[in-house]
Amino acid sequence: MISEEKHEELNEEMEARLWAYIDGIAAPQELSAIEGLIATQAAWRARYHELLHLHEALGSLELEEPSLRFTRNVMEEIARAQIAPAANKYINNRIIWGIALFFILSFLGFLVYGFAQLDWSAAADSKGTLGINFEKVDYSRMFNNDLLNIVMMTNVILALMLLDRYLSKKKHALRGS
Amino acid sequence: MHTGTTDTEVIGRVLKGDTQAYSILVDRYRNYVFTIVLRYLKSREDAEETAQDIFIKAYRHLADFKGQSKFSTWLYTVATTTCISFLRKKRPEVHSLDNEKIAGLADNIDGGLRANTIEQKSRATMVSKAIALLSPDDAQVITLFYKGEQTLEEIAGIMGKEPNTVKVQLHRARARLKARMEEHFREEVRDL
Repeated sequence: MISEEKHEELNEEMEARLWAYIDGIAAPQELSAIEGLIATQAAWRARYHELLHLHEALGSLELEEPSLRFTRNVMEEIARAQIAPAANKYINNRIIWGIALFFILSFLGFLVYGFAQLDWSAAADSKGTLGINFEKVDYSRMFNNDLLNIVMMTNVILALMLLDRYLSKKKHALRGS
Repeated sequence: MHTGTTDTEVIGRVLKGDTQAYSILVDRYRNYVFTIVLRYLKSREDAEETAQDIFIKAYRHLADFKGQSKFSTWLYTVATTTCISFLRKKRPEVHSLDNEKIAGLADNIDGGLRANTIEQKSRATMVSKAIALLSPDDAQVITLFYKGEQTLEEIAGIMGKEPNTVKVQLHRARARLKARMEEHFREEVRDL
């Protein structure tokens, strides 16, 4: 004896599988399985016909119609309008890549500077990876310059803002709004 | 859906300067766009004005249409984002519940439809009215799937959702529609 919750779950699964079958999006093996269930089980057959009737009713859906003046109103308005140039013509990709390169080089520059502050000779160890015992490296000297840290964080924030604007413009261009 | 000049050919002509050719696209898709907008806005007056704005906006940004998707998909995307923007700007009407005439508004759709079920035997009309009782998102996904000739992936792009989410939403929208139809149009549903 199955609980009401389990019964509900089974019903939902049956409907989901039948809809996938009716919509034609079920995988080939699933299609055969569902055809078998419809052929052999009364509950599946009944639910299938119920959903198919709804599907056919939705297929007969009528579209709403606007007023007869609709097209004329639109054409009168566009006679005054102009087609805007394509978005990719005023988002100059070379400038975007140039700015991106500047930020990438800045970050790399900071990293190189940071690593250059470390005393590598104190951590030299012939047994270590690349001749260095990384556990002995004093990392506290890396980026211990407050001004440099502020400039780096400002760079990070500016880069993220630029990325957000670029992606937002692209999204608007694609969605046409 | 249509024979003769394809959407791509018409767009090409418009971009070359034949503005009048745009009327072919307007005539071709006006009913679809108007229906989608009406699902969101509910008012025919607002829907007509907004639908016209959508076609004008689409014309202005025609150069951005790359042909990577169907023109209808792109147009319905513009329609959906415009409707959502419109609904965000529009403040909901507030009515005093003491006003007898206004108090009836809350029951208007349900009560009126029940009263009309005897006269309205058309299956399509019944389905259309039941869809009007759904949320805009549910109505939208059903309209795009059954009348907009859009695949689940295309509908996902239009609505800004994942295809799997749209699949689940379509399934739930149909279940809710079935429940609405059974609630308001019991006799007609039996006839189905």
